[in-house]
Order: sequence, then structure tokens, then C-alpha cells
Amino acid sequence: MIEKLRQMVEEAKQKMDRAASLADAEGLRVKYLGKKGELTEILRSMGSLPPEERKTLGQAANTARSQLEQLLNENMERFRQMEKAAELSAETIDVTEPGQVIPIGAKHLLTITTDEIIRVFSGMGFSVSEGPEVETVFNNFDALNSPPNHPSRDMTDTFYISEDVLLRTQTSPVQVRTLLSQKPPIKVIAPGRCFRCDTPDATHSPMFQQVEGLAVDEGITMSDLKGVLDRFAKSLFGSSEKTRFRPHHFPFTEPSAEMDVSCFKCGGKGCRFCKGSGWIEIMGCGMVHPNVLKVGGVDTERYTGFAFGMGVERIALLKYEVDDIRLIYENDARFIRQFK
Amino acid sequence: MLVPIRWLKSYTDMDVSLEVFCERMVMSGSNIETVEVFGEEIEGVVVGKILKIEPHPNADRLLVAQVDVGGGEPIQICTGAMNIFEGAFVPVALDGSRVPGPLHGKEKVEGGEIIRAGELRGLVSNGMMCNCTELGFSDKVVPIKHRDGIWILDGEFVPGTDIIQALELDEAVVDFEITPNRPDCLSMVGMAREAAAVFGTALRYPETDCSKVSAEQTGDHIRVAVDNQDLCRRFTGRVVKDIRIAQSPWWLQHRLISAGMRPINNIVDITNYVMLEYGQPIHAYDLRHIRGGEIRVDTATEGEIFTTLDGQERSLTTDMLMIRDAEGPIGIAGVMGGLDSEIRDDTSVIFVEAANFSGDSVRATSKKLGLRTEASSRFEKGLDPNLAAQACDRVCYLIEMLEAGTVLSGSVDLYPEPANPKTHEIRISRMSHVLGVDLTGEQIEGYLNALEMKTERLEDRIRVMPPTVRMDLVEEVDYVEEVARMYGYDRLPLTLPRSHVESVRTANQMIRETAKNTLMGLGVNEIQTYSFVSPKTVEKIGLSPEDPARRFVTLLNPLGEDTSVMRTMLLPNMLEVLSRNMARSIEGMRAYELGNTFWVGDDPQAQLPTEKDVLCAALYGEQESFFTLKGILTELLSVLGIEGSDFVAETGNAAYHPGRCANIVYRGAVIGTLGQIHPTVAEAYDLTQTVYAADLSFHALYSLVDMDKKYEPLPKYPAMKRDFAMVVEEQVQVGDLEKEIKAHAGDLLEAVKLFDIYRGNQVAKGSKSVAFSLTYRAKDRTLKEAEVNEINTRVLVALKEAHHAVLREM
Repeated sequence: MIEKLRQMVEEAKQKMDRAASLADAEGLRVKYLGKKGELTEILRSMGSLPPEERKTLGQAANTARSQLEQLLNENMERFRQMEKAAELSAETIDVTEPGQVIPIGAKHLLTITTDEIIRVFSGMGFSVSEGPEVETVFNNFDALNSPPNHPSRDMTDTFYISEDVLLRTQTSPVQVRTLLSQKPPIKVIAPGRCFRCDTPDATHSPMFQQVEGLAVDEGITMSDLKGVLDRFAKSLFGSSEKTRFRPHHFPFTEPSAEMDVSCFKCGGKGCRFCKGSGWIEIMGCGMVHPNVLKVGGVDTERYTGFAFGMGVERIALLKYEVDDIRLIYENDARFIRQFK
Repeated sequence: MLVPIRWLKSYTDMDVSLEVFCERMVMSGSNIETVEVFGEEIEGVVVGKILKIEPHPNADRLLVAQVDVGGGEPIQICTGAMNIFEGAFVPVALDGSRVPGPLHGKEKVEGGEIIRAGELRGLVSNGMMCNCTELGFSDKVVPIKHRDGIWILDGEFVPGTDIIQALELDEAVVDFEITPNRPDCLSMVGMAREAAAVFGTALRYPETDCSKVSAEQTGDHIRVAVDNQDLCRRFTGRVVKDIRIAQSPWWLQHRLISAGMRPINNIVDITNYVMLEYGQPIHAYDLRHIRGGEIRVDTATEGEIFTTLDGQERSLTTDMLMIRDAEGPIGIAGVMGGLDSEIRDDTSVIFVEAANFSGDSVRATSKKLGLRTEASSRFEKGLDPNLAAQACDRVCYLIEMLEAGTVLSGSVDLYPEPANPKTHEIRISRMSHVLGVDLTGEQIEGYLNALEMKTERLEDRIRVMPPTVRMDLVEEVDYVEEVARMYGYDRLPLTLPRSHVESVRTANQMIRETAKNTLMGLGVNEIQTYSFVSPKTVEKIGLSPEDPARRFVTLLNPLGEDTSVMRTMLLPNMLEVLSRNMARSIEGMRAYELGNTFWVGDDPQAQLPTEKDVLCAALYGEQESFFTLKGILTELLSVLGIEGSDFVAETGNAAYHPGRCANIVYRGAVIGTLGQIHPTVAEAYDLTQTVYAADLSFHALYSLVDMDKKYEPLPKYPAMKRDFAMVVEEQVQVGDLEKEIKAHAGDLLEAVKLFDIYRGNQVAKGSKSVAFSLTYRAKDRTLKEAEVNEINTRVLVALKEAHHAVLREM
């Protein structure tokens, strides 16, 4: 009997070696350990044996049972793992198939550029102010110290609605509005649309956008103007860029200047992009003319101020290397989405 | 303003390289547009003397010349130019030489062209005789007689002399950008004054004293009266007799050419030269044609006809200032002289006029006549009347020097109110106060003196007397600028304002930013379009004749009809953009514009129109529908805290499909409209795909926005869901069903969600099955089946009563 048990275990091992699946293993479990299994049958038949024999055989049968159980457990676990692996393998996907994009929208290049400019000046304490696109001649010219016969007032340069009302040619009238409505200290920037009688081409647009800036307080100097705008240029174009301030003329500032940034294409050596000068003109600026401050009732002995104005399109074209201003107002989706 | 450097150096002895000159001029306020160094592209071109000319044996239109180019044997050159003659001196480009070009019939090549010896119809040609343009002179300034054919040089030269040396062609010309406040710099003397101040050199004024003046008096030949002194501040002139019209010497021609003017003859050239020197326009009349020997300066009579130098007949008006003789007009003051009194080859006595006319008057006249001249643009910008006599004397000096005439004694000079030098007092402390650097009185005086201003120290002030040409200096701040630019903007330190002001943004600015960010997240791209549009847009979009959006703010001087009025809505521009994108085969697009519209009549007292922000969103593409756009708007309004608006079907909006349009109603007011673009409008805009669009009165939202977020505790007790489907007639709107559900479900209803609409075989024709999922939840306890069932039954009963909704087996 004991020999039979040994053979049974041996046979089970051999059969298990040939088993190929969890079902085969389960079949072996039933064959040996099931209700009518071979080992079960032996155990059942033990009742009729004499006690001595029964004890010996019982020990052998228990050993055989634990051997069989171990064999079955180990192999069934092995088959389970294999089957799981096969199942997962069948679920394989092609990871190179494209993702399902939920496309984000893109802001317009001018919004992006304006926001960048606002961000830099906000960091230096400037608030954002606004004014209307349809303006008075007074706010756009007279109050800004523009001579009555200045050519920029001509109908060949400026769009008029009536004798006294026009489409603003610059965001500078916001300076006037700010000076009339606020008391120093003042620090504002004013982004907005402006209009001039230019036929559209690669570098001109009859509508364009500017960001104006104005700071008025006690003790504001031209050195402060340089400091603020230098910081702006470095923040927008890169900290290694240099700035240069050249004397210029605007009716509403004195002293007036134009700010150049060292050419970011050639690093200031001179190239086609900067027309060989090594510098790129970025904006006009200067100390607010006392005549402008007086319009706002500001005490020009106590307060001084600086102002500046830059073209957003110009900055956008330079920074993003766009070569035609018309693209900006064409709104081709393929253009807009490049700046998402 | 073109400034030839060698010419400039005749007034001041600055000794710096061209680079340093340009750099320091720019940094002191004379900005530079371009720098051109003439002669850089000329190499190996010499003066040749033509010894012999013979016809080409093999070609009728060619000549064969033997040319002495110095050193040994003459060389043979074949040419097609017929203006050459034996004994002529000409520029010769030798074999291997370089000329700037362009060569005949070709485009200009950067770096110039190399000339090689070659063969022309079987004969050797060892170089090229050059014309002016081949040597780099612009056609616009080349003397007329040199324009065609080989350039025949005036005077004698040693054959073989380098052409650059022979004619001093190596001239640098700097083009300065002159700002409108500095008309004094539109002159060589003015620029020399700037250069002298920058480089600390002395300024030499041009010679003006004639030495061989005739005893005859100018006054014996001409009498002048000025009737309108407001418009003519000064009128001065001299008579010169024995005029010998000839070609100017090369140095004079060369300077004019370099400064961008074409040489004509000695008298005209001298007047132009002096105009460039002083900025003062000069006019020379043939005295024969000043009838009665008298000149009268007065305004024109209405409708008077006058023929100007350019041969054009001009019709005059009463505000135009004229120069007249005893019988009629001979010139339009400050604009252009007359054809009749022009200098001719046989002119023998001239009257040289240098006057000072009102800039405003000249501007108005020139604008009215559409005639802008070198003279008119100079008067417009403003001229110092003291220049007139100096310039007139300088013309006479040069005529005498060039032996072109005999200058008469004296002059006529009507100058009743001479412009005397002004004085201003400036505070030393103010300079530092504005600039942010400490400057001493001595420093300030030094800078001003360098600019030819006289100064006098008065304790803490300086009294300044600028030269009268500096008409831009009128108050203290003007001197701040002078001091700053002479000190050097680049020497000012970089500082930051000491004041601390907080950066604030208005609520509306933040609302717009939130809206833009939300739309970005929802995949909608921002566009920006012109604020001005065509008035026809309202027709295309189908607005009714009485729609207030037809009341446009209209431009007086638009560029064209399509940009002639200010927009009252954004939709037309949006449709144009989408149409353009469709035309470019872009499959789909979601776009919005948040911008201004312009309205008149809102406030009749207002000088300016009301500007209102509007949001227009639109989309097209395979996945898009009315409901994708509705979803975008719903989410946007939700982010802005505007919850619970109704979408009410709208059939009367001509821009939209009558069955696919809704007004967005919030608290009883329409805040926007959305829908499918009406097929007629779509056709008008060439929309080849279905477009869904919406416009929101964004300006009306500002007061409704509530972006204050407060935490609401997360639910502690489980929710209970009830799903059901009902069959209703097609015309029943699901929005009404939802309202009915909300009205009867009570406070325990947490959410109601429409999850399916079915039309088809399973329901009767003309009906639809609508499936809702209702979520019930109490904040403080777990709900009981029974109470939820009871509520749900109540809801179903209400739906049946109100909308004949029949519960469908699920």
C-alpha cells in the first residue's frame, strides 16, 4: 500500500510535468485529491485495516497528501501566472497610435505680447489703465503739447470723425486722462489700439497697438526712466541684452529719447536685421513735458515724471521673428495656433 | 538730410574717424538713417585721354578708340557711345578693374562689377569707358548733359590718374534724421554747429563779403513793397549783372550731387548750394522779366491763374501769398517761381531774392495746390529771418568767386521787426532735479557755450542767449534737453523710482482675462480684427433697417469703403475670418474675439461715442454643433459665476437660422445670442461649412460676474439616483421638462442630467424619448427609498400633467 502511495506521488509528478494548463492541473487535483480521487479512495479504505497497519499507512498517506498538495499548489500558481500573463499579453495596445488631443485654444499674438509687457511693468508697480479708441483732438494732440500745425494732425495722417474727434493715433491720450483723474504718485501703463492713415503692407497697418507708460511722482528723474526701461528690456528680451538711449524729439516729453536694444540676432556686431548698427529701436520715451503735466493740474515744481510708448506689433514681430505685420490681423488658424 | 563729410569739414575741423563721428552724432541727438561711402566700389578706374577714334570695321554702331591711360602704349577700347571725341578726358575702367554699376541694361550688383578685357566684333577691347551711372551716381542727380553717353570730364588731367583722386570721389555721405523741432539742422552750417559742439571744434561761417562790388546800386534796378507783413516777415535781395551762365566747377557739382541735387548751371547751382548751406531758400529772377522793375508781395485774387516753373497752370485763392511785378504774379511765395522769370542761358541781370515767409501760410498754400517743393518744406518747418541777408550775400559772394557776374552795391531789405536774440533764465538745480545727476553751473555753461549760446552766471541761475536759428528753445525744459544730450544720455545712471506704488488691475480687466483663459482652456482661439469695417456688413448680416447697430461712427477720411465706419458688432469680422480659413482648407476652427464696439446716441450730450465690449465666438468643423458652442458658453458663464441663464428659442434674428437660434436670457435680460449662421448670410460670406456663432454683450456681464469662490462641504451621506425615460411630443423642449422637474423635486434634488434623447422606431412618429437621471441627496442624513420614490412619483405626475410625458419602460 505504501508502495502504491509512493508510485501515486511519482505518477502525479510525471503527469504534472506533462500538464500544460491550469485545467490540466485541476484535473490532476480531482484525480488524486477529489472526492473520488485516488488518495481519497485509499484513505477511505483504511478503516478496514488493523490499527497498527492503519497508523503506518496513515502517516504515509498524510505524507503523500502533503506532497501532492504542494505539487498541485506550486504548479497551479505557476499556471495561474502564465494564464494572467497570456491574458494581459492579449490586451496589448499599439502605444504609437496617436493620443486623443483635447486641443487648448491659443491667445492672439498681440494679447500674448501685451500680457508679457504688462507682467514686467506690473512687477515694477505699474497699474493698467485704459482709454477710448475714439478720442478728442484735445486729448490726442492739444493736451500733449502738439503744435497746432504739426503734420501728424493732417488728414493724410490721422483719421477724423469730426473736427474735434478722431481715432487716437497713439495711446498717449491715456496719459492726459490719467493726469486729469488721478493725483501723483502715478504709475500706469495703457495698452490699446491706435490708428494712422497707413496703407497696409509688410511693416504698416492702419490699426496697430501700443503700450503707453506714465510715472509721475516727487523726485522722478531721467535716470529712473533709464533704469525702469532697461529692466523692462532685459526682462522681455533677455538679461544679456544692452540698452541704449538716444536723444530724440516728441512734443509731449522733454528731454526725449529713443531706446534701442542690442540686436539679438547678431549680439550687437551689426547684421542685416539691425541694418548694420547693432541696435534695434524699441520705443520712444522721455521726461513728461511740463505743459502736459499742467493740463492735469500737476505742480511741475514738486512733481516730475517720465513717459514711454512702444508698438506691440513691433515687439511681437521682433520677439517671435514674424516677417509680415499683415499676418497678425489675418487670423489664419495655422498662424494663431503657433503661439498656443 | 544728406551731409557729405568733406563738405561739412569745410566749416569745422573735427578730426575723427567716420565711425566715431557717426556714433557721437547719434548719441548727441543727430540720429543717422544711413551712411554711404562713395567710391568704395571703384578700383582701377583711371582718367584716360582719347587720342584717336575710328569706325569699327565690322560694326556700324561701334567706335574704336585709342586711349592714353598713362604709362606706355595707348590701349584700344571699343564702345557704342557716340558722344566721345578726340582729345576728351574720360573715366576708363581698365582690365580687372571694379565699378559700382549698374552696368548698362543690368541690375545693380552688390559689391560692384569687375571689368575684363574682351573682344568686340573681332577687335580687342582692353577696358571700358564709363558713364556716370556705371561709376555709381544716381540717375536722379547726374547732370543732364552727362546722362547719356560716356562721362566727358571737364578740365585737364594727367592720363592714368586714379579717378577717385582726380575727382575726389571718395566721399562719405551721412543721411541724418532731422526731427521737426530742429529745422536749423536742415543745413550744412546747422549740422556743422552740432558737430563743432560735439567735438569741441570751432565753427567757421561761410565767406559772404564780395570784394569787387560794382558802384551801381541794387535799389536803382528794383523797388520792393510788402503789403502783407504778417505773411512776409522779411524780403531781401540783391541785383547781379553781367551774368555768364555756365556749367559749375566740379567741386560745386560734386557737392550738390552728394547732397542729392542735380547740377543745372552756375546760377541755379549756387542758389541751391546756399540753400543747403544755410537752409534758406533762394530764388533768382531774370530781371528782364520783372516788369516795371518793381516787386510787390501780396495775396492772390480769387481764381487768378499763374504758370509755375514746372509749366503747370495753377488756380489761386485769396489766402495765397504771391510775388508780383508791375503787371502780375511772378512767383508763389515760398513755393515756386514762375515760368516767365526763370533763369535762361541768355539771362544777363538777375535779382537774387531771400525772403522769410510765414510757415503756416506756405504750408496752407502748398497743400491747397498739391505742390511741395524743397523751398516750401523748409519754410513750413520755420526759418530764422536773420538768415535771409547772410544767404543772399553768400550767393553774391559765390557768383563773384566763380566769375559768373558782377554784384551791385547795396540791397533791398524789408525787415521791419528784426528777430533779436532771446534770453532765458534757467536754474542750475533744475538740471539735476530732472536728470538725476549732479551738474555744476560751469559744466552747464560749457555745454551751452559749445552750442554757440552765450551765457551769464547769476548765482543759482544761468542767463542764456541762444543763436536766433535755435527757434526751438523757448523755456527752461528745452535747455534741460540741451544739457542732457551734451552731457550724454549714456552717462546717466540706471536707477529705479523710489516711490512704492502698488500695481492694481481693475475688476473688468480681470474678468476679461478670466474669460480669455477659460476660452483658451475650452479650445477656442483668440482672433483680433480691425475696429473699422465696411458699412455694408450690416446688409450682409441681414440687420433690419431700424436696427441701432446701423448707426455708425463714420470716418471723414477713411482709407477705403471697407474701413470707413467703426464696428457696432464683431460677428461680420468673425465670419470673414472663418471664411478666409475655410478658403485656405483649414478643416475646423474655434475662434473668439473680445473687443470694442462703438455706439452713438446712447448719450446725446457725449462728445465721444460709447465703447462697449462684446464677445463673439464661432466655430465650424466636423465635430461642431449648436451644442458644442452652447457648452462652451455655459462653461464660460459658469466660470464667471453667472449661473442659471436660460436659452430661449429665437426665430427673428436674421443672422441666424430661425430654427436653430437662441437668446441667452439672464434674470429677464437678453445677454447674448447663439445659433447656426443663417444660410443666406453664410452664402454672403462664402461659408462653405456650417458655422455656429454667438455674441455676448460682454459689457453687460461686468456687473453680473461673481467670481468669489466659497468652499461647500463635501457630501457626507450617500446620494440616491433615479433614472427614467419618457416619451413626449417633438415640440416639447427639454429645457421645459428640466424646469418642471426642478420645480417639483424640491430641495433634496441635487442634480438633474439629461442623458439621452431617442427618436426612431421604438417611439411614435412625431415623438421623442427623453431620459433623465435625477440625483437626490440630503445634507444631514441618508435618504430612505420610500421618500425618494414619493418625490420621484410626484415629478413624473407633474411631467405627465404639464407635458403629456408618458413614462417609458426602462
